[in-house]
Amino acid sequence: MSRPDVVVTGLGATTPLGGDVASTWDAMLAGRSGVSALTQEWAADLPVRIAAQLAVDPSEVLDRVKLRRLDRSEAIAIIAARQAWADAGLAEAGPDPERLAVSVGSGIGGATTLLAQDDILEKSGPRRVSPHTIPMLMPNGPAAWVGLELGAKAGVHTVASACATGAEAIALGLDIIRAGRADVVVAGGTEAVIHPLPIAGFSSMRAMSTRNDEPERASRPWDSGRDGFVLGEGAGVVILERADHAAARGARVYARLAGAGITSDAYDIVQPHAEGEGAIRAIARAVADADVARTDIVHVNAHATSTPVGDMLEIGALRQAVGDHPVLTATKSMTGHLLGAAGALESIATILAIRDGVIPPTINLDDPDEGLTLDVAAHKARHMEIPAALNNAFGFGGHNVALVFTRP
Amino acid sequence: MTRDEITAGLAEILEEVAGVNPDDVAEGKSFTDDLDVDSLSMVEVVVAAEEKFGVKIPDNEVQNLKTVGDAVSYIEAQS
Repeated sequence: MSRPDVVVTGLGATTPLGGDVASTWDAMLAGRSGVSALTQEWAADLPVRIAAQLAVDPSEVLDRVKLRRLDRSEAIAIIAARQAWADAGLAEAGPDPERLAVSVGSGIGGATTLLAQDDILEKSGPRRVSPHTIPMLMPNGPAAWVGLELGAKAGVHTVASACATGAEAIALGLDIIRAGRADVVVAGGTEAVIHPLPIAGFSSMRAMSTRNDEPERASRPWDSGRDGFVLGEGAGVVILERADHAAARGARVYARLAGAGITSDAYDIVQPHAEGEGAIRAIARAVADADVARTDIVHVNAHATSTPVGDMLEIGALRQAVGDHPVLTATKSMTGHLLGAAGALESIATILAIRDGVIPPTINLDDPDEGLTLDVAAHKARHMEIPAALNNAFGFGGHNVALVFTRP
Repeated sequence: MTRDEITAGLAEILEEVAGVNPDDVAEGKSFTDDLDVDSLSMVEVVVAAEEKFGVKIPDNEVQNLKTVGDAVSYIEAQS
């Protein structure tokens, strides 16, 4: 039996650059930074006092009573999923619920709920702890809520692979459709952990930028002055659909999800493999799975988080697995690092780059690292025909995920 | 505290916790069937009512509080 084609028919997002996909994409093409100073009182004593906070707070979209029982990561997953659902034209006539699945994950989960309820426990005792605590902090909460909202009955799945989560959730969606278990999969990632504890934790690892006085210049992938990632929050969701199912209902198709590659390093819990071995294999697998010529992959939305080691390893991996021709960008320079949502948001940017024939810029690349031997769309968006493009996502734990999207 | 005052206090809690329109809150209304308060929200209502009215509502008592009127009577008797 031949393998079914899988296409992307809907996009949804709420990000530091905008409350939806259109505003986020416009801001990206304009090279706007979503990073700002954390002016909250709790941030005053932290070593890192910058982050990429949501442009539109969930309270502007969802009603107060509903939000009482949602972790922020769940609320924004619902917001992004509803947008993608409507964008795909499924709001009027949804698919057979028993052929609809969800694959949505987060890197860290309901940490802010856990910490807030622990404060209540310590201060006021166990009886005051909210009865919504468990469904708010459980890792499968965002996926389960999206499934509940959209009526998905073919399985609700939660991927957790740190900063590779969003991309891996999309890869799982591809597998689910190829395996014949669903016709439509709502796939993506969500993250909302701008809170002192996660910041202190990442900060103790020396993983975050401390450029507190210049928030908009702090996320600078491949720049020689980079000093770590900038934490971002947001959610990205795509509607994956079996191509003939999409065609039968006359759906608009953004791109094909042509292939995916997933590997693990088995090397170190947080350090990427020193030669990028796992990343190389993931990219090579994605390209082989997509069955496209390496030369067709003319654009890469890189993982590039603005950390000293990771950014350059990815360059080496790309040269080895794809070649010297692709034009790169690192949209994290504008959005910050959305952890578990990064791979989903960057997949959306990759898909739109293919559709519009334009690569969003990498801002802050003022003094490129001398190891940067590939072409980057620095400072300004670059227009070019993009028959196929790659999105990479790597995560603590040694997770490597690569996705190949092509023109429909 | 009069029964009307207790009802009004419960209406405030129900609006805050479950988004119930205060105009819909009356003694004859069932929490689950009429006001659409689910089991987790009911737990929140009980804890908030204990705080507001300075009473104790043990878990084994909660199942007997089917209507707003049941709750008003219980709170009236305890306070």
